[in-house]
Amino acid sequence: MIKRNQLVLGNKSLKQITEDIVAPLERLPSKGWLGMFLSAKALFLFYIITIAIVVSTGMGLLGVNHPVGWGTMIITFVFWIGIGHAGTLISAVLFLFRQKWRTSVARTAEAMTVFAVMTAGLFPLMHTGRPWLDFWLFPYPNQRGPLWVNFRSPLLWDVFAVSTYATVSMVFWYIGLVPDFATIRDRAKNNIRRIVYGALSLGWRGTAKNWSHYEMLYLLLAGLSTPLVLSVHTIVSFDFAVSNLPGWHTTIFPPYFVAGAIFSGFGMVVTLMTLVRIGFPEFKDYVTIDHMEVMNKIIMTTGLMVGYAYGSEFFIAWYSGNAYEKYAFINRAMGPYAWSYWIMISCNVIIPQLFWFKKFRRSIPVMFVVSIFVNIGMWFERFVITVTSLHRDFLPSNWGMYAWSRYDTAILVGSFGMFLTLFLLYLRLFPAISIAEVKPVKNVGYEGGHH
Amino acid sequence: MASWKYGMAGIFETEESIIKAAYKTREMGFKNFEAISPYPIHGMEEACAIKRSWIPYVTFSAALVGLAGALALTYWTSAVDWAINVGGKPFFSLPAFIPIMFELTVLFAALTSVGAMLYACGIPRIDPPIIDKDLTCSKFAIFIPNDDSGYDESKISDMFRALGASEVKKAEF
Repeated sequence: MIKRNQLVLGNKSLKQITEDIVAPLERLPSKGWLGMFLSAKALFLFYIITIAIVVSTGMGLLGVNHPVGWGTMIITFVFWIGIGHAGTLISAVLFLFRQKWRTSVARTAEAMTVFAVMTAGLFPLMHTGRPWLDFWLFPYPNQRGPLWVNFRSPLLWDVFAVSTYATVSMVFWYIGLVPDFATIRDRAKNNIRRIVYGALSLGWRGTAKNWSHYEMLYLLLAGLSTPLVLSVHTIVSFDFAVSNLPGWHTTIFPPYFVAGAIFSGFGMVVTLMTLVRIGFPEFKDYVTIDHMEVMNKIIMTTGLMVGYAYGSEFFIAWYSGNAYEKYAFINRAMGPYAWSYWIMISCNVIIPQLFWFKKFRRSIPVMFVVSIFVNIGMWFERFVITVTSLHRDFLPSNWGMYAWSRYDTAILVGSFGMFLTLFLLYLRLFPAISIAEVKPVKNVGYEGGHH
Repeated sequence: MASWKYGMAGIFETEESIIKAAYKTREMGFKNFEAISPYPIHGMEEACAIKRSWIPYVTFSAALVGLAGALALTYWTSAVDWAINVGGKPFFSLPAFIPIMFELTVLFAALTSVGAMLYACGIPRIDPPIIDKDLTCSKFAIFIPNDDSGYDESKISDMFRALGASEVKKAEF
């Protein structure tokens, strides 16, 4: 029998596990955290100011215009939503597949999902141009008829998909946190901490009957989240695929978008996890090099899947015999936006091939750099899909370029400020590894360990 | 405010001993006892004879409600209340409504299941009594309420000690 590697290093006792994971919550912040938090916070404030300017002046500050009517807002929306998918994949899909290694990274990956979806959700709301009327997106009885929303529009499917996804992933995340909040409540030395975490724990007591219901609910939520996460990026891809535009109107879009989402999400998980391991050294025993290696394998696999999709798109463009479709793809690779296409190919298809070598898969500096490239590449993938398809469609009289402005840059860069502020706060306020889930797998890989 | 129960609690240090203790407690004829642990223990449901959770039935019913509700909403708004011709598509364009139906099915099922779990576990609950602060960290306990059949403090105390309890005490839970 193949011996399993240990999931938790150092043969820890139950008490040690609790102490290790809770440690970042119970000590003063380090200089490193404080520095990162203040920078992220400054960027977040910059983002808020940018949003205020864009909303009060109008969408015209961004480069969107005829013929490229979808720009940075939509590109970055798809980018962040995609990031979120890896969290649900780790927490729900790998749970259904009984992958025990997921326990150490699931909490933080889910947190990443929640924050990424929060960051993403703002973009379509701002993109409407009049965000104060965004409640019109929901079908509520109104005094205009009532005039209902158009349920045949993929944009409305997206409203339902993204809001359901945001709600369910937040609930799933919170339910996972409840027993851990109870742990923190019972360790609390001062009253405020006891009251706050006590309220968050909902008065959890951990009886066998409670655990029985709890585990069943967890399984059900995982089972519901799995098709949900696939549906979300499928529906995001419908925003494009249901139109008639060459380059968008393809049946490969749903699986291609889902694979890309998982790819980019794992890229972000690896970026964040390498940083978390540096910032909180006690987590190195839980998020081991083995964990990172498994995630790098997933990055490589999904990277090959998106590479296949890029190739398949080209083949179909030629094989379909459709002149417009063919032109859209030749234009992507050789037109005025060829640079973005080749950035995408190098970052998403070529660079992750490094992970064929075990040495690179297990090297923290290498995986950090590769994961950054994956993040860049996946942003450019959405740029390529959105902008290059729109900028030259059927009639040459209808051609143009996207007028990228400094507000586009500000919105894109600023969104990282929002995400990182939330993420850094999370690391200090919530247990970043699931205490109640790690304890049952602590014996995996040890002599006499069961399960 | 829920009223708490009084009874006897035995604190145990290991997973193996708490499972053994749960079996023994049940053999002794106690029915309303609680086994408390910091994490879900494999095999505890058998030891305490806990029936499979009923939450899946709630999930399934809520999913059906969500599905039917979404179908009703899309049909009524698009084909009945104010039918608008969009691109020549039928007023009741079912394939286009499937994404909405799917999302609302998942949403209803998920939120209702969470509600069912909260109800089943009797939470949220304000400031419940805690037998030992380590029960959410590293220790395990069996609690037998004083209204259980055959409740006898000295007998229970002897049983807990024989099972290897590190501490036996009267407790509120």
